Amino acid sequence: MASLKALRARINSVKSTRKITSAMKMVAASKLKRAQTQAEAARPYAERMQRMLAALAASAAGSPNAPPMLIGTGRDQVQLLVVVTADRGLAGAFNTNVGRAARNAIQRLEGEGKTVRVITVGRKGRDYLRREYADRLIGEYSFAGKKRVEFSDVDEVAARIAAMLAAGEFDVCTVIYNRFVSVISQVPTEAQLVPLPMPEAEPEEKPAGPQAQYEFEPDEEAILAALLPRNMAIQLFRALIESAAGEQGARMSAMDNATRNAGDMINRLTLNYNRTRQANITRELIEIISGAEAL
Amino acid sequence: MPTLLEIVSPDRLLLSQPVDMAVIPAAEGEMGVLPGHAPMIVLLRGGTITLHEGGRPTSRLYVSGGFAEVTPERCTVLADEAVPVAEVSRSAAEARLAEADAAYAAADKADIPALEAAMQRQQSARAMVAAAEAA
Repeated sequence: MASLKALRARINSVKSTRKITSAMKMVAASKLKRAQTQAEAARPYAERMQRMLAALAASAAGSPNAPPMLIGTGRDQVQLLVVVTADRGLAGAFNTNVGRAARNAIQRLEGEGKTVRVITVGRKGRDYLRREYADRLIGEYSFAGKKRVEFSDVDEVAARIAAMLAAGEFDVCTVIYNRFVSVISQVPTEAQLVPLPMPEAEPEEKPAGPQAQYEFEPDEEAILAALLPRNMAIQLFRALIESAAGEQGARMSAMDNATRNAGDMINRLTLNYNRTRQANITRELIEIISGAEAL
Repeated sequence: MPTLLEIVSPDRLLLSQPVDMAVIPAAEGEMGVLPGHAPMIVLLRGGTITLHEGGRPTSRLYVSGGFAEVTPERCTVLADEAVPVAEVSRSAAEARLAEADAAYAAADKADIPALEAAMQRQQSARAMVAAAEAA
């Protein structure tokens, strides 16, 4: 049985661990609030962008010289994956889930004989994928140390992807990120950026309807050429802020669990400590009594 | 019946209010949007949006570029960046113009799309300086 001193030291160390985890939980909770507010604030733009794009895309998708960002290059040989994770750990399975989803996607695509290239956003995803797929990594971004993701940061990543598309360096681009379902649930999700997934809703009927008869200035192509990169940046931005909110949610529940486990462990150790102490007292008493009886 | 003007930037919904008329800086010239305007999708250049209520301009916002969707009852502006004119900082505007000028000077003269993009940035920055001066 462990000595009383060792037990005491153990209890104190678990107590200070509990202090740290519960502080981290509280920090994550307040950051989560902020991240959620940001995610909500960004929603109107994305929604309106979607509406505008739907009006434009329906008429432009049929034309032969539609931009590649809308309809793709017509091939699916080279696949670009953008893997969005957090920069820090201690958030439960948050980063591992995305990492695993990315690895599965890479294996599946390579199994189909496709070429895979990977861009990571966030340090953890890079560390995870670098072990096995270092040669597929073509770019990495990290916004570590920033309080919140700014749109301008994302623009840089989006510009790189747009330039790669223009240079014909990939055919299909997919983002893998943690979709924020609720504080305790984040689902690794694949979302296709290029070519743009079309809303399946009746594209054939719409142009006939009077409400869809938009005029365009300067013209459809010029607007599309400007709108599509912006849309891509927005989709990416949305993935990033959802991931940021999810990260805080995951960390909060992970730290909540850790705090609870530490509490359980302290209880167990304290019980053990008290028993040991009592056993020592009893033993000493027996020694004294048997000593007295021997006289 | 007033038209509903909405201005959204990627970060947030900046403004959503009914106005009698909004003047937006369309790519091919200023455009006044009155209620009942024909549906349009418009590319914006850098410039100022002016809100008109009760026959007078009431407030102005600088936008650095973006898109607008106009319908008979609504005008939605998707701005890359939007700031009320009173808050546009003169020094920030001039810094941006200097940066845009430098980018234009550095741009490859044979690369037409890059040159055009640089010119657009210059124009947007000039509009920002003008907005700062007017404030």
